[in-house]
Amino acid sequence: MNRRNFLKNTGCLAIGFSLNGSFIDAPAPLFQELPQSIKRHPNINAWLEVLANGQIRIFTGKLELGQGIGTAIAQVAAEELDFPIKSVEVVLADTARTPDEGYTVGSGSIEQSAMAVRYAAAAARQKLLELASHQLSIPIDQLTITDGKICTLSGDRAVTFYQLLNGKQITDKVQSPVILKPKDKYKLVGKAIPRNELYRMVRGDEYYVQDLRFPGMVYASIVRPPAYEAKLLQLDEKALLKSNPGVLKTVVNGNFVGIIAREEYQAIKAQRWLQQNSKWSAGTRLPAGTDLIAYLKSLPEQPDEPGIKGTMPGDDANWIKAQYFKPYHMHASIGPSCALAIYDNGQLHVWSHSQGIYPLRNSLSKLLQLPTEKIHITGVPGSGCYGHNGADDVAADVALLAMAYPGKHIKLQWTRADEHAWEPYGSAMIMEAAAVLDSSGKISSWKYDLWSDTHSIRPGGEANNLISAQSLATPFKAKQGHGGGAARNSEPYYTIPNQLIKAHIFQGPLRASALRSLGAYANVFAIESFMDELAEKAGKDPFTFRLAHLSDDRAKAVIRKVQEITANVTLPANTGLGIAFSRYKNSASYCAVAAQVFVQPEKGTIQVQKMWAAIDSGEVINTDGVINQTEGGMIQSASWTLMEQVKYDAQHITSRDWASYPIMRFDQVPEVEVVVIAQPNEKAMGAGEAAQGPAAAAIANAVYKACGKRIRHLPILDHLMKS
Amino acid sequence: MNTTIQLQVNGKKHTVEADPATPLLYVLRNQLALNGPKYGCGLQQCGACMVLLNGKAEPSCMLPVAAVKDKDIITLEGLVKPDNTLHPVQQAFVEEQAAQCGYCMNGMVISAVALLNEKSQPNDAEIRAGLQRALCRCGTHSRIIKAVKSAAAKQQGK
Repeated sequence: MNRRNFLKNTGCLAIGFSLNGSFIDAPAPLFQELPQSIKRHPNINAWLEVLANGQIRIFTGKLELGQGIGTAIAQVAAEELDFPIKSVEVVLADTARTPDEGYTVGSGSIEQSAMAVRYAAAAARQKLLELASHQLSIPIDQLTITDGKICTLSGDRAVTFYQLLNGKQITDKVQSPVILKPKDKYKLVGKAIPRNELYRMVRGDEYYVQDLRFPGMVYASIVRPPAYEAKLLQLDEKALLKSNPGVLKTVVNGNFVGIIAREEYQAIKAQRWLQQNSKWSAGTRLPAGTDLIAYLKSLPEQPDEPGIKGTMPGDDANWIKAQYFKPYHMHASIGPSCALAIYDNGQLHVWSHSQGIYPLRNSLSKLLQLPTEKIHITGVPGSGCYGHNGADDVAADVALLAMAYPGKHIKLQWTRADEHAWEPYGSAMIMEAAAVLDSSGKISSWKYDLWSDTHSIRPGGEANNLISAQSLATPFKAKQGHGGGAARNSEPYYTIPNQLIKAHIFQGPLRASALRSLGAYANVFAIESFMDELAEKAGKDPFTFRLAHLSDDRAKAVIRKVQEITANVTLPANTGLGIAFSRYKNSASYCAVAAQVFVQPEKGTIQVQKMWAAIDSGEVINTDGVINQTEGGMIQSASWTLMEQVKYDAQHITSRDWASYPIMRFDQVPEVEVVVIAQPNEKAMGAGEAAQGPAAAAIANAVYKACGKRIRHLPILDHLMKS
Repeated sequence: MNTTIQLQVNGKKHTVEADPATPLLYVLRNQLALNGPKYGCGLQQCGACMVLLNGKAEPSCMLPVAAVKDKDIITLEGLVKPDNTLHPVQQAFVEEQAAQCGYCMNGMVISAVALLNEKSQPNDAEIRAGLQRALCRCGTHSRIIKAVKSAAAKQQGK
């Protein structure tokens, strides 16, 4: 623990907190930085309401994406208020109800929203105790909170939160210092509290945006161009209506084509009919058949300043070099994107699984030229997205249709091909690493170049990057962000005196945006593969070599933990064990991964048999949440690494279904084991993306150990066959 | 052209007006307001739309509704017992917390119920084979396998 954290923790927490509910005598914390979300939304009632039915309602600006944020938030609120967790209701992102917390991204929901709720709930607790003291005329230090009621220490008098407030809410601002519950008194935080929504999911209760139904609801479909930038030349609406009973309206605006039908199957059939019976220009040709690496390196690049540390030796030094590659990957959500909308009485209401409903509202405002106060967006969970998939685009599509067909709820469910062919992919990346080892076998110099498209074209309050906006008769022009996370984890976390790191940001042929961990996946894959190559040159084992280059004890601890849990693994013939490490963003969770892989290169078979992870995410709110995210991260990354790449021909994407974009199925999925190193006194750090990079490199390193083939270009299966 | 079709879903008879070529999935979701079967691909590749047809797990997304008139159709909703308790497989998925986003859960539960109907004590390889048609993108496979094992163990204990 560093000194600042030490002061922060002991100063405000340990001192003066007795068994009773009052910590009014506690000295003010010596240092306390309020969470950013609290600074933006300081009123307690923005986060918390006391309800007449005996419940507490908590508001979060984040959306449930399968990461369990609702449960984690309920835990921290119930904890600070000593309130029964079953009586805590969590309201997810809604532009009419919840704080604007931007996007649910970057593993930031615990750090931002859960911490905001913690401070709001703690401030509410203090206020409730003060009110109770006043109403009951009992000194505050004679009061305690048990099971959601404020009681006297003797237990003879008790009052509920609702009785105290008498229907009012706590409108006070959360002000520093907030006295938080000491962590050694926690009963809920740090525990594996089960997620209630699984009960709803498993029964088939209404839960997803796909499950929403309204009286008189109609169904829509979208006809996309056959290529990026293709222009609509001919569309015969009369013929469409004649051949497709049930079609209520076609909406054609430039190259945006939507169909509204009475029944869902009619909308789908009409989409198929139009795909066959409309004429489009050729659009932008894709570089099919050319070497993608050479092509991407030939593209113009945005100017970028390299990161420099120390002084670089010249070309005559004994440089060890390697080039790595990652193709375009899909989010490939199991449920394609979906949204509902109705435009009625001048108000537009949208139901969306977007990761950022407030930014989306601003984007829709610009797209539709409708003031934001006329737009209400309710966040409703969809299928897991793992980043910027089609969620925002489908919401914009259906909003355009709702404006053209007012008074009815419209549901737009993208098809599998809509999602596969039009979602923004995780960019292809090229990574070139070079290093010099000193006489003791340590890395003295490190050069690293990466080539990538942007990793974020999220709408961000603008209309420009929505597919439909670019399709209109008066189109919005696409905006490319600068890098947008391409360089994430491009700086090694190791102590290396001389470093030169440069990002070459191009605008690539395919639509690209944020996919889980952004550039970190490819950068960590490259760095951690290269670390194993260097370890071999230095004559060191992969654990020792990494540990020798680390100064952070928490980083060393996760690596040693993985070493410990794999120490007794026996490796039969054709089997290898590989490891890798990274600290996500170089500032968040520490994660080390080991993979055991069976390889038969001559047959082209590879089986990732087992994967282990040790993760330190600082303070853990929900242990099972961290384990689940890390297990899932390893399996998803194993799928990316082994087998995934977006394919295309000269016209457009050809990976349009699960046969042309296979992902891991049960026969290929490894066993997984996760050890969480909890650090209750450290900052809580998101865990959802930490495993992506290390899992990839651990597999590549294991393949090398198993068969002696160093696979530097992904997907491994493809290149194992070629090698 | 719409025709009147009789269906047997979750133990009840239903009469629907539908184009006989309409895939069963849309009839179940939009006309019978069932949420269990999900749209995933419409291509019988992902398993999100699985239902039990006479006890066997089958994707419903390409199956014309007219072809299942005389079949016994069960969805997630129909696995819940009249006293509102969960089917042992459903219960095991909740206990093992075998989901992240949960969108694939329908296909997983339906496949697992069909598997256990056929083979009450499947081994690891048989469980994987039984779930092979259902895709999960969150990577919760290991939990799903545990849940199926746990449901099988509990059924044996009875």
